[in-house]
Amino acid sequence: MTDVDQPVSSTMLSSWDVASDVAREDSHLPDGWEMVIGLEVHAELATETKMFSPAKNHFGAEPNTNVHPVCLGLPGTLPVVNGKAVELSIRLGLALNCHVQRCVFARKNYFYPDMPKDYQISQYDRPLNINGWLELASGHRIGIERAHMEEDTGKSTHVGESGRIHDAGYSLVDYNRAGVPLLEIVSHPDIRGPEEAKEYVAELQRIMIAVGASDGKFEEGSLRVDANVSVRPSGSDELRTRCEIKNVNSLRSLGRAIQYEAQRHVDLYLAGDKPVQETRHWDEEGGRTRAGRSKEQAEDYRYFPDPDLVPVDPSQEWIDEIRASLPVLPRERRQALVDAGGSAENAALAVERDLDGLALAAIEAGAEPERTLTHVANNLAVDGADELNAGNFAELVKLETGGGLTATQAKTVLADMVETGRAPADIAAELGFEAMDTSELEGMLDQIIADNPDEWGRFCEGEAKLQGFFTGQIMKATKGQADGKVIAQLLAQKSSA
Amino acid sequence: MSSTTTAVEIADAVQAGTTSASDVLETHLARIAEREGDIHAFNTVTADQARKQAASIDERVAAGEDVGPLAGVPIALKDNMCTSGIATTCSSKMLEGWEPPYDATVVERLAAAGAISVGKTNLDEFAMGSSTENSAFGVTHNPLDLERVPGGSSGGSAAAVAAGFAPLAIGSDTGGSIRQPAALCGVVGVKPSYGTVSRYGLIAFASSLDQIGPFSTTVTDSALLFQTMAGHDPRDSTSIPQPAPDVMSGLDNGVAGMRVGVITELMGEGELTGFEPEVIAQTRAAADALAAAGATVDEVSVPSTIFGLSAYYQIAPAEASSNLARYDGVRYGHREDGGANTAAMMRASRTAGFGPEVKRRIMLGTYALSAGYFDAFYGKAQRVRTLIINDFAAAYENFDVLLSPTSPCVAFPIGAKSDPLTMYLNDTCTIPSNLSGQPAISVPFGTGADDLPVGVQVLAPMLGEAAMFTVARALEVAASQNTGETS
Repeated sequence: MTDVDQPVSSTMLSSWDVASDVAREDSHLPDGWEMVIGLEVHAELATETKMFSPAKNHFGAEPNTNVHPVCLGLPGTLPVVNGKAVELSIRLGLALNCHVQRCVFARKNYFYPDMPKDYQISQYDRPLNINGWLELASGHRIGIERAHMEEDTGKSTHVGESGRIHDAGYSLVDYNRAGVPLLEIVSHPDIRGPEEAKEYVAELQRIMIAVGASDGKFEEGSLRVDANVSVRPSGSDELRTRCEIKNVNSLRSLGRAIQYEAQRHVDLYLAGDKPVQETRHWDEEGGRTRAGRSKEQAEDYRYFPDPDLVPVDPSQEWIDEIRASLPVLPRERRQALVDAGGSAENAALAVERDLDGLALAAIEAGAEPERTLTHVANNLAVDGADELNAGNFAELVKLETGGGLTATQAKTVLADMVETGRAPADIAAELGFEAMDTSELEGMLDQIIADNPDEWGRFCEGEAKLQGFFTGQIMKATKGQADGKVIAQLLAQKSSA
Repeated sequence: MSSTTTAVEIADAVQAGTTSASDVLETHLARIAEREGDIHAFNTVTADQARKQAASIDERVAAGEDVGPLAGVPIALKDNMCTSGIATTCSSKMLEGWEPPYDATVVERLAAAGAISVGKTNLDEFAMGSSTENSAFGVTHNPLDLERVPGGSSGGSAAAVAAGFAPLAIGSDTGGSIRQPAALCGVVGVKPSYGTVSRYGLIAFASSLDQIGPFSTTVTDSALLFQTMAGHDPRDSTSIPQPAPDVMSGLDNGVAGMRVGVITELMGEGELTGFEPEVIAQTRAAADALAAAGATVDEVSVPSTIFGLSAYYQIAPAEASSNLARYDGVRYGHREDGGANTAAMMRASRTAGFGPEVKRRIMLGTYALSAGYFDAFYGKAQRVRTLIINDFAAAYENFDVLLSPTSPCVAFPIGAKSDPLTMYLNDTCTIPSNLSGQPAISVPFGTGADDLPVGVQVLAPMLGEAAMFTVARALEVAASQNTGETS
């Protein structure tokens, strides 16, 4: 059995102590308090058609054009499970180290005009994916309780002065989104601060894109996050009353909403009061959460197994096939670069730009790792960078670290390489980039010292900021052709002589 | 053409060119014109469309085409099957005038087989009832006695066949809604195995129990209609992935050597009461007839059948409460203004659009699914369902088919059973097959009180339709010998 086949219980996940450490750095609560955050992430699956209907699953169409009798819930219609949606759900589940099991669709009953059947087909006590985890860059593993399939609702537009439902003159409903397949990924309350929450969502987003399960776009609503927030005395393991924050439309909003809500809870406790369990909505402009409906008054969803559907029981062969087809995940790709000698920060950027393969190949061809990654991080956020020849890229880095090109020259040559695909040596020769002779530089420096005796004296006495002055003078004299590192060496030599 | 002309005879004659689909249709439309005013079997008669279809069939026959096993056979459709562009109402004010944009799978298959739909038949609103008195568009009268009910909920389809408006009709059976009206109207009615006939386009009452099935005057016609409708449909996830079975070739094999069990609990001597003595007597006579034809007949106990009704009235309303949620006035169907907001509009629309029996079942079902009650009600009912399945399985270890009355009583006077619980008891004998998913057929067998027909029910194991039809055919032969008819 592999790791994934064995359900990972929360007690087997990383220790709570790690989480507390993170919290101290991350959250800004009064001393003695920590945040307890669980996230529910809804990802729209990148299928051609909807979860149970042959209608198209495409964002941005004219209202009510991507519809079919089934997703409109017309009388007599029946749902049929989209196999691609199941496959993508398993892909993401496996990438999140979940156990994939026989699952049952259930009806969640409540009345709402944007839901054509006035029930939502979801999964309740038998979700597809359970007991997974996601590891953050810090090494902290966030437990994943479940990742279950469900159908999306339509979209209501309330037409009125404020755009809010209570004073709308009328409402328009667009059912293009109704029935779009979703995977709802529910984390354990393992997250300890707004930054960690953002990092979790960002990493989840990278994973769902990497495995092709979802395009993960906040701005198109294909990625949506609800945050369950509570607080407790630091180090305690109790779970206090939580509030569910909805309407969070970006990573930045997520962080702000969590920080606001946690502070609100602490304030209530400090005032001798306590929060009530409820759904709250993030008000981006006001920078605050507002009470929605209280959970005590919330409807009873009357879940029961959907009699129109049969259980989905993925075979071990299918699961194995999907697992074998998974790409290398972002975490492993970053690790590969770090293992090759890069910094974590630049490794993350390289993976983000999907240039880690290029960087790794260049490093393997002998290029200095961090110099390679610095170019990827700073100079390759351009179209065509992914087509760069790794051997040429390695040559460029070698020319630079060998002193044959200055950093500035290397940048110019690199831009030309992306543009033309030519070899770095050819470009450098054509542009007349040749490393300055050290003795030539020395002569120039002597002249500059002679022209600026005061500054030189102060520099020799330790006024370090004057290094910039002398470097600048030399660069000016050489029209930027000098190598900064060589200048630094010369200055160090002469001042200590 | 006599009123006893069967579907098989019509299809053969139309295909052979000895009669035309148009002539057959006009004969039936004339009967409708004559008696429909008294009977009210239909919500809609689609004479114009039917005439076009018949003309097309005749053209195709003239061109030498094989137009299908139901060539030119008129058929009546229960008004809860979706028909593209033709009002499909479920006999509810809620769906009055609603025209589906698509055809149910069975409607497509019937048309492809050459059948000609003559109209949409009346039913108890959303198929909830046993008398067709719960229709928003008026009561259907039993053609055999206009003061009496035709049974229900598929009362319009049963009445249409009994009145000779069409040799075939289809209904839906959730707790007996085909078999009980068939029994009360003196025709054949079948509830096939769950999953053999696609439910796509059947407006749901209780999804795990609903099944579409035939009405006809003869067992052979029902077998042909079943075979034509059955077979896998990828649009229905609960459809069994198998082609339609052959139930025609062995119809006249006889019952020699077959083992027939008479269900003790459904013979009026145990906890379940209210059986008319004539109904019990005819059921025993049917058992004797099978024994005389060479079957081994014995009594068999299926103990949990006595809990069927209670389990059914948890499960069916629970599913209905969810299935009928979509009628909220937002997208289609009846809408009341309601005033303040969307929720008020929905409440007002549902209050005005649904009749009392539908509301009663929505409330029962909503309660059964409520948090804290789920296990005690819905959960327990599902466990009873498992018990019933197990008890039937035990019985079928020793028997090929089982026998019981279809309905405890013959057709009763309109208005006689105004108390819902009394009405629910009509389905005592039919509900167990819906809970188990297994097939059952009602065959007319003699008469009971007031000379009204009695139906005898033949039950079979899952996908046991072939044996079921063979035994039903033997009963039909025996019944005709008793009355001196030829069959």
